Amino acid sequence: MAERKFLNGNYALAAAVKLAAPEVIAAYPITPQSSIVEKLAEFVSNGELEADFIKVESEHSALAACYGAASTGCRVFTATSSQGLAYMAEMLPYVSGNRFPVVMAVANRGLAAPWTIWGDHQDAVSMRDHGWIQLHVENAQEALDTCLQAYKLAEHPGVLTPVMVCLDGFVLSHTEELVEVPTAEEVKGFLPPYEPMHAVDMNNPTTFCIGAGPDVFTEYKYSQQLGMEAALELIPEIAAEFAEKFGRNHGGLIESYSCEDAEYILVSMGSVTGTARVVADQLRSEGVKAGILKLRAFRPFPIQAVSQVIKRAKGIGVLDRDYSYGNEGALATEVKAALYGSDVRPSVTNFIAGLGGRDILPSDIREMFAVLERSVSQPGSVKPVNFVGLRWQR
Amino acid sequence: MFSEIAQYFRTEALPHIWCPGCGIGTVTAAFVRAIKNLQLDQNKVVVVSGIGCSSRMTGYLDFNTLHTTHGRALAFATGLKLARPELDVFVVMGDGDSSAIGGNHLIHAARRNIDITALVINNSIYGMTGGQCSPLTPHDKRATTSPYGNLDRPFDLLDLARAAGATYGARATAYHNQLLTKLLVNAYNNPGFSIVEAISQCPVSYGRRNKFKTPADMVLWQKEHAVTRGELGGEDFLIGDIFKAQAPEFVAGYGKLRERLRGGSADG
Repeated sequence: MAERKFLNGNYALAAAVKLAAPEVIAAYPITPQSSIVEKLAEFVSNGELEADFIKVESEHSALAACYGAASTGCRVFTATSSQGLAYMAEMLPYVSGNRFPVVMAVANRGLAAPWTIWGDHQDAVSMRDHGWIQLHVENAQEALDTCLQAYKLAEHPGVLTPVMVCLDGFVLSHTEELVEVPTAEEVKGFLPPYEPMHAVDMNNPTTFCIGAGPDVFTEYKYSQQLGMEAALELIPEIAAEFAEKFGRNHGGLIESYSCEDAEYILVSMGSVTGTARVVADQLRSEGVKAGILKLRAFRPFPIQAVSQVIKRAKGIGVLDRDYSYGNEGALATEVKAALYGSDVRPSVTNFIAGLGGRDILPSDIREMFAVLERSVSQPGSVKPVNFVGLRWQR
Repeated sequence: MFSEIAQYFRTEALPHIWCPGCGIGTVTAAFVRAIKNLQLDQNKVVVVSGIGCSSRMTGYLDFNTLHTTHGRALAFATGLKLARPELDVFVVMGDGDSSAIGGNHLIHAARRNIDITALVINNSIYGMTGGQCSPLTPHDKRATTSPYGNLDRPFDLLDLARAAGATYGARATAYHNQLLTKLLVNAYNNPGFSIVEAISQCPVSYGRRNKFKTPADMVLWQKEHAVTRGELGGEDFLIGDIFKAQAPEFVAGYGKLRERLRGGSADG
């Protein structure tokens, strides 16, 4: 029987990792991730998890150790945040380029300077182009469930692509919720043991990470894109299979809420989606046709799924907890691009909020919808990019 | 008395974030007293720190201070010292900055023998992130990532720095804080890379997992296990000047090279 427990996002994720039973875990502590791997170290030490836990000397070494372990064909896990993820940047394309299905939890946190330990999406979003699948979750239960789905996805022979499971620092990582933890038996039926296509084999030696010349490098990169395209198909399928087995569905690539007839839709990612839903309900009761589109997959980016949901609305808001300096929030760019091939293109307004752990209040989201209404009723009156709740501005 | 050294603090940034019983405050005061005793120009002192409890020091000190990335404080300091050799550059690090993520920079700063004074606050643990095992956690001791005892052996940082080419190494404790001040003065006066290890206590993340009931027990441990000479028992360690050596200093050598080449180009 599945157990219901009060777990914070980090412990829920650690519970999922225990169920996925990786053989090697390597990590370096960093706030707000640390308690994930602390919990795993405890599971390893008291015999609940048969794994080698490597206390490495940096995040760079953590992912290097995962790379080494994965090359032997075993299931591996690591976790990090913020500067730690940035420090892994060199290793990220090594892992994805070698098609090692590493699963990594990222407890999202802003990037310095100025130094911050608090949450936003700048860390993961800025690592967008390193060939990793990125799944962002909304609550602790989704963190657990997504981690199990992530292994199945990463290890699929058509995908063989590493996955980041991203959960918001503190709001999810350190906040307890009621979480259902499935049994090992239940998980066995969903997540079979990993069967590597390529692994270090003493009887049949192979080379990993050859020097690829201009004659073949492009084909390697193309094959990674094929893996991403397969993931685009598989993410909803795996989520549906999970829902059938465990009775929980957090969406596949996206999850839309009240979007069918919505005039105004706010696109969001991560924990703020829960708050946004509550505000959408309030607005609906006041006669405003509000909808919320949660992005679960940031990479691969679900162009079709997003444009299908939002193209019939009048005004689209995109809430970014990140910024691509010199342009706009990264999600906003993606959402606009998703609309490019569409026959109708509603106006898109970008909201920058929740940077460095600043709360996004229901009143902030109400204001965003008010701006969206204005963007439609008085075209040209709304700025394309809006920093929410600025304490001073030029 | 704090009033004697208050001028070196950004008092508006206090109170500090260190936990009750933490040794870093004591070490900070010993460090500031060394600067006071040396009568250094406050505006020509630079303190560079990395990430961790120890590194919060730069937020409270009224010098030129740089709070940098985890493990790279020495790399930042190297750039700074080369650009402005006339500045007095101190680097404050903890377990992680000095021996784990930044271990590479420690050996290369020592190898270059660059005129920087490094203060390593060794509290045997990663304190800020909640008590994970570090490369300075003693063998068999407990941490959140080694709940049944640490399998690894710890570094002896001073042996490491000496082998890598540092020209001054010393050790004191939070308990022996007057000695610490003297050693920091010696370190500053050494024209080359100097490292001073301050054994400190982390009651919250290390002590309570390792049978130290109170912070005072940890300070008492420092008193009882620090020795100046003779046989070292199980947990004993040496304090005082540990090594001194002579070697060319990097910044001076760089200056001479530049002079020579400039002279050469003028001639040619």
